[in-house]
Amino acid sequence: MGTTAVERPAPRGTDTRRRRVVGLGMLAVVLVAAGVVSLAVGARALSPAEVWHGLFAAPDSDQRLTEIRLIVRTVRVPRTVLAIVAGIALGVGGALIQGYTRNPIADTGLLGVNAGASFAVVSVIAVFGFSNPFQYVWFAFLGAAVAGVVVFGLASIGRGAGNPLTLALAGQGITVFLAAMTTAVALTDLASLNALRFWNAGSVAGVGFDVIWPVTAFIVVGLVLALAMLPSLNLLNLGDDVARGLGVNIALSRTVGIVAITLLAGAATAACGPIAFLGLMVAHVARYMTGPDYRWLVPYAGLLGAVVLLVCDIVGRLVVRPGELDAGVLVALLGAPFFAVLVWRGKFRNA
Amino acid sequence: MNGTDVKPSVAPGVRLGQVSFVWRPLIVFVTLLLAAATFLVFCVSIGVGDFPIGLNRVIATILGRGERVDEFVIMDLRMPRALAGLVVGIALGVSGAITQSIARNPLASPDILGVTAGASAVSVFLVTVSGGTATAIVSSVGLSSAALLGGLGTGLLVYFMAWRRGVDGFRLILIGISVSAVMEAITTWLLVTADIRDVAKAQAWLVGSLDNRSWGEVRIALWCTLVLLVVVASVAFQFKPMHFGDEIAAGLGVRYSIVRAVLLLCAVLLAAAAVSAAGPVPFVALVAPQVAMRLARCPTPPMVASGLVGALLLIGADLVARTALPISLPVGVVTAAIGGPFLVYLLVRANLR
Repeated sequence: MGTTAVERPAPRGTDTRRRRVVGLGMLAVVLVAAGVVSLAVGARALSPAEVWHGLFAAPDSDQRLTEIRLIVRTVRVPRTVLAIVAGIALGVGGALIQGYTRNPIADTGLLGVNAGASFAVVSVIAVFGFSNPFQYVWFAFLGAAVAGVVVFGLASIGRGAGNPLTLALAGQGITVFLAAMTTAVALTDLASLNALRFWNAGSVAGVGFDVIWPVTAFIVVGLVLALAMLPSLNLLNLGDDVARGLGVNIALSRTVGIVAITLLAGAATAACGPIAFLGLMVAHVARYMTGPDYRWLVPYAGLLGAVVLLVCDIVGRLVVRPGELDAGVLVALLGAPFFAVLVWRGKFRNA
Repeated sequence: MNGTDVKPSVAPGVRLGQVSFVWRPLIVFVTLLLAAATFLVFCVSIGVGDFPIGLNRVIATILGRGERVDEFVIMDLRMPRALAGLVVGIALGVSGAITQSIARNPLASPDILGVTAGASAVSVFLVTVSGGTATAIVSSVGLSSAALLGGLGTGLLVYFMAWRRGVDGFRLILIGISVSAVMEAITTWLLVTADIRDVAKAQAWLVGSLDNRSWGEVRIALWCTLVLLVVVASVAFQFKPMHFGDEIAAGLGVRYSIVRAVLLLCAVLLAAAAVSAAGPVPFVALVAPQVAMRLARCPTPPMVASGLVGALLLIGADLVARTALPISLPVGVVTAAIGGPFLVYLLVRANLR
């Protein structure tokens, strides 16, 4: 806000600031409300009193209440927490990668994160015969991180180091290569193909806290790194020469930024599978709401990501009962038309 | 944005009546070389197989002076596959060159216009949902024609959704991404709910394959591509300013936006034709224009050379897919396996120079 306040008359600057804080608060309220709904809604609908009981009551002998406790604590709470955590990670990751690559159509998938995770999942299933997501989630994270590091490493070699275009092209090259290898494995091993199609849909269900806590730890580290770099990211977007002139260590800022993106997207993808389009979409909506200042844009994108993923997960539980529609599928089905309307109304500028 | 490492050279202009262009000897040389290489790989690809045929006999047969046995094997059995490779490669390369030039972004391959996602969704639907209308559609128009219509329909949908007092390149890309996301979500959902054997069939199609092509399947793609290339060639000469950006383009008048619309439509149709013949072969549309641009040292993707690089890449990859590996893989796996590292190599080399 500092720069805007200097350029503009003071009252108007404070006004904008207040509006942004209020907007952020409203997003947080929406997120909490969605979280409550998420606990109550599902194959078995629960009343608020039942949810409360499930969350806080001590175990007792009533079989019906024990069942509710079980549903709330082992099913509803984990998937709600994961949707929020992963949504924040993907939203922030999407906003950051568009900032660091200065490419408005960049998505976290661009760093090879999704492709690396998918390849790792398919490979360990084909080689070790794993069938349980708990067994391959760590390989997914490893694959995501390695792919991210390789892409960034390749893009950092030599004269074009840090050039946004080089990074995007290197990401595309590695992504397509890994996707081909994934298909090659999947086509020769039917079990891997079967696991891959469910993994690929992207879902926040079916993962317990034994996975969620470690994943959250990685995401928190990523968020801290990301937030620390926001002021320099603003300057980077003025162009490398201007940023250098203003005293930004470009290589450091970019490296830390890319590490943060890899942690955020890699951890979220490991736990949920590739959820495409979410990061790209919320980054644009956030930019429309806040303007180009990344210190505001990134928190907005994070909260928006969480709201969208959570709402999509809730809707997915309701529309094809008794089955469920995966959150990743719904993010695209619901989010894309909404996004298209905003685009058509001319809300977005080439950033 | 294109060609960070390539500086446009100051070259003499040439004017022949209505047609004017900048004389670049390198691009002519590179194009001729690519054409020769494509023809060679095309013939080798026809010759290789369970019944190997020498290069001279392949060329003789293509020229209509071959023996009867060769004629049968080549024209009836192997030509459809090889032609499919040639046509799909050229179509994808040219389509990629057009979209990358108009969007001024090397990542703007036809995939972004929704064509491949739409065609894939239609095909996966027809493969995984058996019985009723699905079977009726496949038996009456065929899988590849249905895919062509699906790709074309999605491409047009993206184009008209992006229309708002003219088509802006950036809006087109964003709309394309969102429509593609919907189509991909539908595909994913179909795969999740389908029988695993149908999934394997769909997956093989989804990666791009030239297996078991017949003349019937190739013919549509062949004619579409030929007609479209003529249209592209006739308008492309008037279209030199396409990479200058929207403001300058707007200053050049209405004629310019019409020409751009026609070229974009051609790009969509070319991509749809390619997908209908071979599935969404990844990477060719993205990498072929980039390679051609670097070979010819042009500031923007050259059309003809891009198409030839695409054909070379696709036929070569199919050759590798059939012969070099113990198991026969779809060509899409190989284009990606070759093209991905090659793009990275180009980047690293350009950076180190």
